[in-house]
Amino acid sequence: MQTKRLLKVAAVGSAVAMLVAACGGSTSGDSSSSAAAGGSAAPASSAAAAAPGGAAYAGPVGEGEGQVNVLAWPGYVENGSTDPAVDWVTDFEKETGCKVNLKTFGTSDEAVKLVQGGGWDVVSASGDATLRLIYGDSVQPVNTDLVPSYADIFEDLKLQSFNSVNGVPYGIPHGRGANLIMWNTDKVTTPVDSWADTFEADSPYAGAVTAYDSPIFIADAAVYLMATQPELGITDPYALDQTQFDAAMALLEQQKALVGEYWSDYTKAIQAFNSGTTAIGTSWQVIANLAKAEGGKVEATKAKEGATGWSDTWMIVNDTPNINCAYKWVDHIASPETNAQVAEWFGEAPSNAKSCDLTADKAFCETFHAGDTEYWKDVYYWNTPTATCLDGRTDTQCVPYSEWATAWSALRS
Amino acid sequence: MSISRGTKIVLSIFAVIAFGFIYVPLGVILINSFSVDKSLTWPPSGFTTEWWGKAVQNEGVREALVTSVGVAVVATLLALVLGTLLALALGRYAFFGRESISMLVILPIALPGIVTGIALNNVFTTFLGGLTIVTLIVGHATFCIVVVFNNTIARIRRMGGNVEEASADLGAGGWTTFRLVTFPLMRSALVAGAILAFGLSFDEIIVTTFTAGPGITTLPIWIYQNLFRPNQAPIVNVVAAALVIVSILPIYVAQRFSNADERGAGLI
Amino acid sequence: MTTTTATSRGFGYRHPNLRLAGLLSAPMAWLVVVYLGSLAALFLTAFWTVDDFTGQLVRTFTLKNFQQVFTSSAYLGSVVRTLGIALLVTLFCLVLAMPLAFFMARVARPSWRPLLVALVLTPLWASYLVKVYAWRAMLQPETGVLGWFLAPFGLDSPGYGFLGIVITLTYLWLPYMILPIYAGLTRLPDSMLDASADLGAKGGRTFRSVVMPIIFPSIVAGSVFTFSLSLGDYITAQIVGGKVTMLGNIVQTTYVTNLPFAAAVATIPVVIVLLYLFAVRRSGALDNL
Repeated sequence: MQTKRLLKVAAVGSAVAMLVAACGGSTSGDSSSSAAAGGSAAPASSAAAAAPGGAAYAGPVGEGEGQVNVLAWPGYVENGSTDPAVDWVTDFEKETGCKVNLKTFGTSDEAVKLVQGGGWDVVSASGDATLRLIYGDSVQPVNTDLVPSYADIFEDLKLQSFNSVNGVPYGIPHGRGANLIMWNTDKVTTPVDSWADTFEADSPYAGAVTAYDSPIFIADAAVYLMATQPELGITDPYALDQTQFDAAMALLEQQKALVGEYWSDYTKAIQAFNSGTTAIGTSWQVIANLAKAEGGKVEATKAKEGATGWSDTWMIVNDTPNINCAYKWVDHIASPETNAQVAEWFGEAPSNAKSCDLTADKAFCETFHAGDTEYWKDVYYWNTPTATCLDGRTDTQCVPYSEWATAWSALRS
Repeated sequence: MSISRGTKIVLSIFAVIAFGFIYVPLGVILINSFSVDKSLTWPPSGFTTEWWGKAVQNEGVREALVTSVGVAVVATLLALVLGTLLALALGRYAFFGRESISMLVILPIALPGIVTGIALNNVFTTFLGGLTIVTLIVGHATFCIVVVFNNTIARIRRMGGNVEEASADLGAGGWTTFRLVTFPLMRSALVAGAILAFGLSFDEIIVTTFTAGPGITTLPIWIYQNLFRPNQAPIVNVVAAALVIVSILPIYVAQRFSNADERGAGLI
Repeated sequence: MTTTTATSRGFGYRHPNLRLAGLLSAPMAWLVVVYLGSLAALFLTAFWTVDDFTGQLVRTFTLKNFQQVFTSSAYLGSVVRTLGIALLVTLFCLVLAMPLAFFMARVARPSWRPLLVALVLTPLWASYLVKVYAWRAMLQPETGVLGWFLAPFGLDSPGYGFLGIVITLTYLWLPYMILPIYAGLTRLPDSMLDASADLGAKGGRTFRSVVMPIIFPSIVAGSVFTFSLSLGDYITAQIVGGKVTMLGNIVQTTYVTNLPFAAAVATIPVVIVLLYLFAVRRSGALDNL
């Protein structure tokens, strides 16, 4: 890391040094040459390259280093400062001697940027960030033998395409949720089971539709297209070739005419649904619960076309000086007691099978479909689109995430 | 005075309406701080004093408040030194490039916060090995310099150079003159500038997001986290309402310190 | 100042250039190295590109980011819209601030003035985010506070969108316009107004020919803030903008995945603000700032 930084410093001065620095990482080397050629060619060899991020920690997990720097989604790490009753950090600090320094982020993009900036030991990354972190050499493989809690994690969350590479795990699953379709029952009187009213031009709710404001929402359009335009041949909403991608963007342009507002913070989403400003649109289970708790007339369900969703992963940053504290932390956060508390506070399905017995609300795991394998079958967890198609196609190139981001900003501007 | 009675009445009515425009949203904040709705749904479906009680006990608010005050104090002190030096140079000397410098000092506040934010973030993370509380203070001080500078240079211009020359003629050295003559004359302008710099730093969110290091939670960051994930959004309104009430005193004091006619437009 | 010696006259007085250098070195080092240096480094990246996959910088010269921005009608539309918002906000602030500042400086009793100024400044202490959220409640269609005020006139709130952004930003930056104008008006000597009246000028004429020229630099000074703060905002658009976005939103959504592109977009508000500053520098407003 230190040498890389020095190279970066030198890079400003001379063009020669620039190339050296760009080649500093094993994966960026070949892509820089392809970028120089002017195209958006794939970093083709990256998937086949040796495991990024080096080797996993051999252990054993010893004495803590005194602190652990944690990057997390808001609500994942609570030390009692938000609400004195909500605290799964203080005891951890007492037991392990690892002081938890927390910073929260608002989007996956922000998380990636922060990790790349350095100074962090662990991060709770969603699937649209994990692969970027792995292939950017920002995180290291995890030795699950050193994480006792891993044994009780739901099997259908382990070794997924967004948290492992070639069977090597890069983190500990944290929790999951599906992106639901939600509606205000005053405005939408018949129950909805399809995304159609949020996408189709003849929707009766024009001007009152909402959508999630992030490039990853392009995948939601792709999920709808999988069901409605099978001739496009989409099998994975995160592996879109140019034709499929253009179809998804066209659908989103069509949707934009219907949209009243896009949301990314969920205070706004709840307020919009409860006031009726928004009639129908994308939502999360936790938003539906909070909206109902405030007397909002809303219902939410998973649409019949399937849905996107997220499964978050605790990852350990490459070159962390606090490796023991980092391992202690990921084990702690995935342990049944903590996992139950986090899942209930945040409002998502827990990842640890044993945590379902420990939730305060005994129906919690049922509400959130925690162990319901069938439920999650048509949920496509957020993933990072890459030029090498994630669905295994080798005869074509897929549109990489950076172009998803630019396309989204163009759609929104 | 040449203002007719009719004009005065019209202006008075307008002033009432304008102050209404300024204070109705603050009233909404106050009402929302008693709302039972965690998501600030309007109109509130019920009222409670729960949030005020929770705010008092809330450790996060207190810690964030301490951090914010600390950052704002240090950034203000830095800005005081740098802004005063710059004002003395520009107010007392004519030299090539003076105009450019007076534009340069305005830039950090005139350019969009997001530009300043990502520019500093980019440099700090690339060359300085990451973000800390120091990078946050550096970021804040950069855009606070201008407020101190504005207040101070307006005063220096009005002061003229005569008193300093007189001091020098009487045998005082440069430092003695500054200590006994220039500084006392500038003091009220410095206080006004310092309070405004403090306020600017205290409520800054965009540059803060991009320059704060691990675990550093200033009050705006705390607000951002609690407002956008509504486990207890109304508590944020409590904090905002309390800040407004608490702030009236220092603002009033600042007003008394700086005679309006000498302050120039330097309130920002 | 460290150059001062114990002689009866300071060393610096005999060597003004050294004294000037002493005064300038620290602040200039800060502004040039820390600030301009950072900006330069950012805009340098606008000519680079990113690795498609990891999002890390690839340092090869390219103009494609600028091409992308300036050939897309979507982005150009955003530039026009953002400029329109910034200009409208400035105009609205001016229309509200002029009479209010005039009232404060010329109509209200002098002993009230510190209190009135404090009243104008107070909202600045309510957190920016909280105020924008308060405007969400104000602007809400049908049941919002603004709708309630407008209902007797048969009007409804404009809702979330372009006008919502303009109103909210006007609210946020209004104090920055009131205060310079107020300060300018308090400097206006009574004798000047009396002289104008004695020479037979009516109120309107006095305002145009006497008041305006004197407070014009104050107006420009205020507009620097209302204009440039609006130009760079993005959080307001997120909260009350409906589906309307501003330039800042493009920078914000792309800077992580594609810093070079974000930097290219960011050059637009920077160039606009610089042009504006150069234009108003002639008015002497910057001395007045």
